[in-house]
Amino acid sequence: MESKLRAILPDAELIRMYEQMVLSREFEESCAEQYTKGHITGFLHLYSGQEAVAVGATAGLHRDDYILSAYREHAQAIVRGAEPRRVMAELFGKRTGICKGKGGSMHLFDPNLSFMGGYAIVGGQFPIAVGLAFAAKFRKEGRIVACFFGDGAANQGTFHESLNWARLWELPVLFVCENNSYGIGTSVARASALPDIHRRTCGYDIPSERVYGMDVIAVYEAIKWAAEWVREQNRPFLIEAITYRFRGHSMADPGKYRSLAEVELWKSRDPVPAFANRLVEEEIATEAQLEGIRQQALVTLADAVKFAEESPWPEDSEVWEDVYA
Amino acid sequence: MSEMTYRDALNLALKEEMRRDPSVVTWGEDVALYEGSFKVTRGLLAEFGEERVKDTPISENTIVGVSIGAAMGGLRPVAELMTVNFALLAMDQIVNHMAKIRSMFGGQTRLPMVVRAPGGGGSQLGAQHSQSLETYFMHCPGIHVAVPATPADARGLLKASIRDNNPVMFLEHELLYNSKGEVPDDTESLVPLGKAEVKREGKDVTIVAYSRMTILALQAAAELEKEGISCEVVDLRTLSPLDTETFIASVNKTGRAVVVEECWRAAGLGGHLASIIAEECFDRLLAPVRRVSGLDVPMPYSRKIEKLCIPQVETIAAAVRDVMSQKY
Ligand SMILES: Cc1ncc(C[n+]2csc(CCOP(=O)(O)OP(=O)(O)O)c2C)c(N)n1
Ligand SMILES: [Mg+2]
Repeated sequence: MESKLRAILPDAELIRMYEQMVLSREFEESCAEQYTKGHITGFLHLYSGQEAVAVGATAGLHRDDYILSAYREHAQAIVRGAEPRRVMAELFGKRTGICKGKGGSMHLFDPNLSFMGGYAIVGGQFPIAVGLAFAAKFRKEGRIVACFFGDGAANQGTFHESLNWARLWELPVLFVCENNSYGIGTSVARASALPDIHRRTCGYDIPSERVYGMDVIAVYEAIKWAAEWVREQNRPFLIEAITYRFRGHSMADPGKYRSLAEVELWKSRDPVPAFANRLVEEEIATEAQLEGIRQQALVTLADAVKFAEESPWPEDSEVWEDVYA
Repeated sequence: MSEMTYRDALNLALKEEMRRDPSVVTWGEDVALYEGSFKVTRGLLAEFGEERVKDTPISENTIVGVSIGAAMGGLRPVAELMTVNFALLAMDQIVNHMAKIRSMFGGQTRLPMVVRAPGGGGSQLGAQHSQSLETYFMHCPGIHVAVPATPADARGLLKASIRDNNPVMFLEHELLYNSKGEVPDDTESLVPLGKAEVKREGKDVTIVAYSRMTILALQAAAELEKEGISCEVVDLRTLSPLDTETFIASVNKTGRAVVVEECWRAAGLGGHLASIIAEECFDRLLAPVRRVSGLDVPMPYSRKIEKLCIPQVETIAAAVRDVMSQKY
């Protein structure tokens, strides 16, 4: 059989993307369990259902392109290369965490991975992304900024101000909207005069495209193309990925505002098995190989949880550390 | 009297005032269908309908600005900011507009509006979601600031705020929503803005507090009683107007004062209170005024060190013991 996927990416790369999707999903499932046990506290926003966006998008970027996101960002950090151990330890509030336990679930950050932060103020990341793009262009680094955000965030003033600014100064920002139809319990239709987020960019003369965000390869191709366009043109672009979160907004949200039928419909489009089926159909991997990948992810996570559990808490004196002003 | 939670007391106040006055409307992120992030607006959409109970986009500055316009246009909006941290996105409309309009335009318009905002730390929500910003609003003339500690005060103050013709920042504490207390049944029982309350009488030392800090101060007072220290606890209830009389009288009686603030210490409201006490009670003071404050750091997530950043019963008690140990 002629493989369509193989024409797009080499086998090893496709398998790697599948590994990332499975790891992302299992990471979130593991977080849910640790939250229920009381090891993870505070807000916990899980990404389950949206994996195709993080994985497809990251694969379409260069390794040193900046990434910024909101508070539902575990998968984006891990796919970029953050160690599950250190992310889990962060969520446990341990000093071995990626931000020494100071940040928590909503605030992952690793400049070595060009992962420039998870932000918990909706819309807070837009201007920062524009500023990073300015610095990258100014220093002729050839890297671009991928700025992830939700449908709800598109109603913040910073979204509009940043689009205008990025176009006006001709900056390499790739805005990536993860439209999962809800901002907490409010549907896009109840919050946005124009629910098609990608169409909003015409007011700023920025090109845009919508992509089916449950298909990791579709996301990859859209991002890959857009990222190269942004890099060459030094101009912003916006991609709206249509996706869905399978769980509530956060662990505290039972998600009663969505009908069971709606949730079930979207679960039938689950991006992880969908990709698995394609890999098997196109004979890129066998079922047994894919199951092996899942088992490996479970081993990685068991190790991550153990590491987090056994890691030391911050010392009391650390409350004053990393406070410079 | 009926026992209810702080959350239900606020909910009751909203319902009672919306029933009483058809010009009262309420809106904010997730307040209608979702019934509020903290469920304070539960049942409002069902009872009052889409015209008066509205979900808004995530656009805080505009939530406040639209409320200002609606208030100038004859309504009594109660806006909910999902948490006080997001009030920082609305500071332009709050400080440059809401606080100015009445006096800047020569008193020609009323501005009957309330901005409700839950806040405070202690739930491991991290640096951007754990702030205590009361000083920011207290610092700004032109707005009232309510900081209820108990269900009864929550209901009475919210009702008074809705009826007031000035803008009110109504700061609720996230950790108090589930706390319970007795609330009067009379729908006309209001708590006036600008009236502190002595929540516990004592003779040795005055603890001045507000919001959740009042509850901790009362717990500290109960502990200290066992050690033979008699604390008077003054709950400010509103920071603006500030009822200075009540705490000045108390300190003049006890001769010692501990001021408790959940916010950061640097330029925090406790410094303002301490300076008033120093000016007004100087010749009665038996010891320097002590402040108990939040630590001057962005709130860390890790619960192990987060708790060091927020005043605890034990830190308040320690401050009281300290002023008691000073002999002049
Ligand atoms: C400025 C600000 N306002 C409100 C909130 C509360 N809040 C957190 S997430 C959220 C919904 C955001 O929805 P969306 O952008 O679609 O992202 P999603 O959660 O769907 O990933 C809201 C209102 C916040 N964190 N920051
Ligand atoms: Mg959304």
